[in-house]
Amino acid sequence: MAKQYETVIGLEVHVELATKTKIFCGCSTAFGGDPNTHTCPVCTGMPGSLPVLNKQVLEYAVAVGLATNCTITQYCKFDRKNYFYPDNPQNYQISQLYLPICRNGKVEIETEKGKKFVGIHEIHMEEDAGKLIHDEWDDVSLVDYNRSGVPLIEIVSEPDMRSAEEVIAYLEKLRMTIQYLGASDCKLQEGSMRADVNLSIREVGAKEFGTRTEMKNLNSFKAIARAIEGETERQIDLLESGEKVVQETRRWDDNKGESYAMRSKEDAQDYRYFPDPDLVPIVLDDAFLDEIRAKQPEFREEKMARYKEEFDIPEYDIEIITGSKHMADIFEATVALGSQPKKVSNWLMVETLRLLKEKNMDSEDIRFSPENLAKLIGLTDTKAINSSVAKEVFEVMFEQDIDPEKYVEEKGLKTVNDEGALRKTVEEVIANNPQSVEDYRNGKEKAIGFLVGQTMKAMKGKADPGMVNQLLKELL
Amino acid sequence: MSILDMTAVELAAAIRNKEVTVMEATEAVLAQIEKSESKYHCYVTVDKEGALKQAAEVQGKIDAGELTGPLAGVPVAIKDNMCTEGLLTTCSSKILYNFIPTFSSEAVLNLQKAGAVILGKTNMDEFAMGSTTETSAYGETRNPWNPEHVPGGSSGGSAAAVAANECFYALGSDTGGSIRQPASFCGVVGLKPTYGTVSRYGLIAYGSSLDQIGPLCKDVTDCATIMEVIASHDTKDSTSVERNDTDFTSALVDDVKGMRIGIPRDYFGEGLDSEVKDAVLKAAQVLKDKGAIVEEFDLSLVEYAIPTYYTIAAAEASSNLERFDGIKYGYRTEEYEGLHNMYKKSRSEGFGAEVKRRIMLGSFVLSSGYYDAYYLKALRVKALIKKAFDEAFAKYDVILGPVAPTTAPKLGESLSDPIKMYLGDIYTISINLAGLPGLSIPCGVDTKGLPIGLQLIGDCFNEKKLIQTAYAYEKARGVFGRKGDK
Repeated sequence: MAKQYETVIGLEVHVELATKTKIFCGCSTAFGGDPNTHTCPVCTGMPGSLPVLNKQVLEYAVAVGLATNCTITQYCKFDRKNYFYPDNPQNYQISQLYLPICRNGKVEIETEKGKKFVGIHEIHMEEDAGKLIHDEWDDVSLVDYNRSGVPLIEIVSEPDMRSAEEVIAYLEKLRMTIQYLGASDCKLQEGSMRADVNLSIREVGAKEFGTRTEMKNLNSFKAIARAIEGETERQIDLLESGEKVVQETRRWDDNKGESYAMRSKEDAQDYRYFPDPDLVPIVLDDAFLDEIRAKQPEFREEKMARYKEEFDIPEYDIEIITGSKHMADIFEATVALGSQPKKVSNWLMVETLRLLKEKNMDSEDIRFSPENLAKLIGLTDTKAINSSVAKEVFEVMFEQDIDPEKYVEEKGLKTVNDEGALRKTVEEVIANNPQSVEDYRNGKEKAIGFLVGQTMKAMKGKADPGMVNQLLKELL
Repeated sequence: MSILDMTAVELAAAIRNKEVTVMEATEAVLAQIEKSESKYHCYVTVDKEGALKQAAEVQGKIDAGELTGPLAGVPVAIKDNMCTEGLLTTCSSKILYNFIPTFSSEAVLNLQKAGAVILGKTNMDEFAMGSTTETSAYGETRNPWNPEHVPGGSSGGSAAAVAANECFYALGSDTGGSIRQPASFCGVVGLKPTYGTVSRYGLIAYGSSLDQIGPLCKDVTDCATIMEVIASHDTKDSTSVERNDTDFTSALVDDVKGMRIGIPRDYFGEGLDSEVKDAVLKAAQVLKDKGAIVEEFDLSLVEYAIPTYYTIAAAEASSNLERFDGIKYGYRTEEYEGLHNMYKKSRSEGFGAEVKRRIMLGSFVLSSGYYDAYYLKALRVKALIKKAFDEAFAKYDVILGPVAPTTAPKLGESLSDPIKMYLGDIYTISINLAGLPGLSIPCGVDTKGLPIGLQLIGDCFNEKKLIQTAYAYEKARGVFGRKGDK
């Protein structure tokens, strides 16, 4: 009988924190910007410059630690990780090795197999590096230090996951938690959340772990799932053919669906970590932790429970809406402005999701304001516009966050409720479409749909379809 | 009195009283530099044009009543490891041969706010690593008391410039004795403040946890006055301390009655030159005669200070100096193949032997497998040394001893035997390890005609006790200065 294998996975997740300024200087963290415009002597490692910790970084790191049930290290330090590379202006990265800010946490995940806990070994704070741009034409490399010093936290899990499904559930859970905290937008594609997968296999029932590899360059949940499958197969093949798994770092190529070795343990660098003497130890008292605890938001589970209590909307809607803190915020704010929850939920679930998908956007990218959504719902409630006009207006609002009341006014999109005008149009439609009239009279109920359509077209969409229907039936 | 013979405080008073203009003072000192620089080589860079320009500006502000401080208009020399905006800053290393900083260090800015005229940048041991100023890539500095001897180091250029009247005072930095020892060798006053008192922002780091900027000057009054100007709480330096007791000149009081002075027996054992010993003990007697309570005691762990210091300082240096790689500024080798070859060649060619020795030593003690045995153990010994001082300061206000085991050695004597050179730091380095303030003041001249320094050590934040003791001693000692040459 063939051997049964089990996959053992641990994750190192880097999250870029949503601070306005860098971790050790006052430079902007804004994405983009011309090369080396968000820089100063500190984040370019100029001689004589010194780092000073951004307090917001500490607050975010502690908030994430508390939300993931970690023990907060109340006497913690920064260490220098020494290695030479041009994207690293000092040739050491300020990170944490000996006394990381958070340790011994856990988060609960849910998959089809049920609920389980994934342990968090530690969370540490560190600075991001700059970006190298290789100019093949001129055969030179250029460095952009705009990213240098952008704050990151690295969340290191225990090797507690056993499948791609569990890994995705864990990442979703982290992402949701961190987004709810406002500590990061956690976008994998844009690199504000990055995951490295440590994976080994062993025979089912074995107590010892197998030799693990570390997989890098995973830019989407799908890539992560594919990489896990690919690496599991690769390692099983090696063992089955009597070879050994080599401890190494591998790079995943998602286009080819395969990975290749970057460096083995033998070439592992000695980073000569030691406490950074330019930064003083951080002492966090209980009052500081209490303050951050008090500021923790309502997390997703709590929010879902409350929605079930408060709003008469389907459970599926609740799941989708609370799946994004941003969307939940819009939902709640719109309801608070007096809109009916069911109607708000419908706009989010149908039109918003459709447009997000169409435009390949994330829920976090929604830009329309709750005020404008509430106005749009108000316009439909009073039948000032019909539903197809409402959808048109919504699309514009989704793009540009326009005020729907003004827009409808300016564009003359209000429904025509003048029965005389409408009756006149309906009469014309009947006169111009004898065939359809004939069909209807011969019992073809469907034919009336065509006539409604023709009337709406003649009215440039500004009629109440119910009223048109009624008039048609009456006149026929 | 000629302008050059004035102390900084005397010159500032003369300028305020319109007896001397800033321009006259600046021109006088520039003339002195022109005259004696070929003999002593105190400077890496003399900024004649800049100094004259500043002199005119400062005079304008004094005349307008905008600058009224006790150092306004006085020309100063800055050690070449402090960044000065727009002015070459080399750390006396080839690797920074072309480095022009875009900002000035906080201590320099504080001086400029007080109306200082910056003359230029003084020579030093490369990256402050050395005790003789001979490891400079730009040639050694010579001792103005006898040009065949070294001025000490690493702030040798600053000390020699004060002694040779090539400036009225200077800034130095002290990681293991680099202000106090050259002050002693050159017969001037030097103070290494409590760690955190003067901002390190803009000081190109050697051993970050030990480095501290301080003054080299002609007398104790200047020392206290300069300290009042350069001490500041700086939010750009995480290790900067907020102090509300920096009125150092209030300690210029000629009274040591009841001052408890401890003399560590460990500082007077084997290796101490007998002339140095006699001069230091004589100074102790002077203080005793003025009413101080002087007694001997045992300060333990002295023999561990040197290995502890060279472990910690070298470890920090090995990391601090990683940024000098030829990528963004400084020296880059002419020919190379690929990135790593460029790093290797630039650094091999750009750094001198002593710097490379300490980078290797520091890299070794931090490497995996040795970190616990060397670096961590050194940190534990450092804590024990601090504890030994804490116990001593429970009994004494001031600890008194020599600055160095000998007076200034001859040029070339020290570098041949680095261990011997390291041992020369025995009395100064534990003060840096414990973060304490230490003051060096001349207390005699040996039979070779070279000055001898007295070291006064205080508890953290107790600079004032050192200043008061030194001031009282100075009053009793009388004027101290180099014969001839001026």
